[in-house]
Amino acid sequence: MQVYLKLDHIDKTFTRGNATTEVLKDISLTIEKGEYVSIIGHSGCGKSTLLNIVAGLTGATNGGVLLENREVNSPGPDRAVVFQNHSLLPWLTVYENVRLGVDKVFASTKTRAERDAWVMHNLNLVQMAHAKDKRPSEISGGMKQRVGIARALAMEPKVLLLDEPFGALDALTRAHLQDSVMALHQKLGNTILMITHDVDEAVLLSDRIVMMTNGPSARIGEVLEVPLARPRKRLELATNPGYLKCRQRVLEFLYERHRFVEAA
Amino acid sequence: MSMPAIKAEATAVAIPTTSPTAAAPVVTMTPKQAPRAEKYVKMAKETAARVVPPLIVLALLMLFWELVCRRTGSTLPPPSRVFKDTKELILDPFFDNGGIDKGLFWHLSASLQRVAYGYSIAAIVGIALGTLVGQSVWAMRGLDPLFQVLRTIPPLAWLPLSLAAFRDGQPSAIFVIFITSVWPIIINTAVGIRNIPQDYRNVAAVVQLNPLEFFSKIMIPAAAPYIFTGLRIGIGLSWLAIVAAEMLIGGVGIGFFIWDAWNSSHISEIILALFYVGIIGFVLDRLIAGVAKIVTRGTALN
Repeated sequence: MQVYLKLDHIDKTFTRGNATTEVLKDISLTIEKGEYVSIIGHSGCGKSTLLNIVAGLTGATNGGVLLENREVNSPGPDRAVVFQNHSLLPWLTVYENVRLGVDKVFASTKTRAERDAWVMHNLNLVQMAHAKDKRPSEISGGMKQRVGIARALAMEPKVLLLDEPFGALDALTRAHLQDSVMALHQKLGNTILMITHDVDEAVLLSDRIVMMTNGPSARIGEVLEVPLARPRKRLELATNPGYLKCRQRVLEFLYERHRFVEAA
Repeated sequence: MSMPAIKAEATAVAIPTTSPTAAAPVVTMTPKQAPRAEKYVKMAKETAARVVPPLIVLALLMLFWELVCRRTGSTLPPPSRVFKDTKELILDPFFDNGGIDKGLFWHLSASLQRVAYGYSIAAIVGIALGTLVGQSVWAMRGLDPLFQVLRTIPPLAWLPLSLAAFRDGQPSAIFVIFITSVWPIIINTAVGIRNIPQDYRNVAAVVQLNPLEFFSKIMIPAAAPYIFTGLRIGIGLSWLAIVAAEMLIGGVGIGFFIWDAWNSSHISEIILALFYVGIIGFVLDRLIAGVAKIVTRGTALN
């Protein structure tokens, strides 16, 4: 397998007036095609900033992002983002929200009918076709996030970026959506980069877990391979020694070696 | 709402006359009508609950006014005399004896026309400038102080200047309407544009909308509730300004009608005109609110 997405020595500093804060320092990471990589760290460690840099929404101070060996530094549908707070446009229906991206990405390659079918196909993937004419305010938080995922998937991204996609959901809905994302990953083979602060979520979903040290000047502290066979089943894993060992490793990293001092 | 009821009754009646076997459909129709009747009763009750209180207050106020102004030597006419004096104007608003001797309809429509011109220009310019100021930090820094000073100038203070510039009453009045109503539209649009959540901008960036698409698909819908707040304040202000402006420029228009009535000591006519001005101002406001509701699909701040 060869390198698909490459984060090359990324530094990020924010400057406000005279104060300069170094948020990220020398982040290098390579991701293979079809791989599911999670980035975990305490809040404020700059992991969302890192995702925004990969998405092109924020520029890196030094270093850069390469996708298929080409530098990417502006946002685009090849790196579709599922935002933490869904970010659906409230004046559009579920269908129209997904259609917005589809119309742009496939403007010249698909006919109107094909685009319509493609939108419905993606809504079906996340089991939201039944609510296609509803507005975001009329559906639940989990449903909104499903639509957000459909919107991102419908752009046929090379890399799918998930920014704490389940953070705002209740535990049951979250588990349900995690299973959906796992099934989608299994079925479509997307390359996924996910930000999370949930240890179980990271171990359950990822092939590799990137653990970040606390900011300022956050670095990659450790990268953990999760050698669990797919498809993974939540219930079976609960007692799986491999799963528990991975979980233990991440917990140790987060709570022993890199305690979140300010919150303590 | 009453249309389907009539239709349903019509079919119910029509069916038995055309085919004698269709007695059953008639029976199935009747239970549907019972709840419908109940619905009408409920609706009537709700409407009454809204309409009756203001009517009672109005009646009491009229009574009070009548009692106070009925005394001899009262400076203002009581409602009964207002009605008696203005009966002709009320009953025939369409007469036209040439010059400024026209029915109230013509005066009001002349005023409304001026407001329509001035307000339309204000809406277009206001939304455009508001978008610019909301979107660009430099435009805001450059223009906002100017707006903040200019918007405090009373509408009528602009009138002599615009008369000097246009040398004609009509464009001057339209300019005064424009300059009065443009500020709240600019300021509210700018606030709306500035408050577009970063999330929506991110979505637009990921989808790669071009500036024109961003304007029509993200900015305008996202800022629409604010824009319509500005438009509503604007229409109110322009209706306020027109009466004052017309008093000074003369010609046909409700403002001049009031001024003319004052000069001829027709106090009853002034009261009638005020009544119309109030009603039309109210209707204009509700009109913009209605458009806002349709355009923003109920997300307007109402």
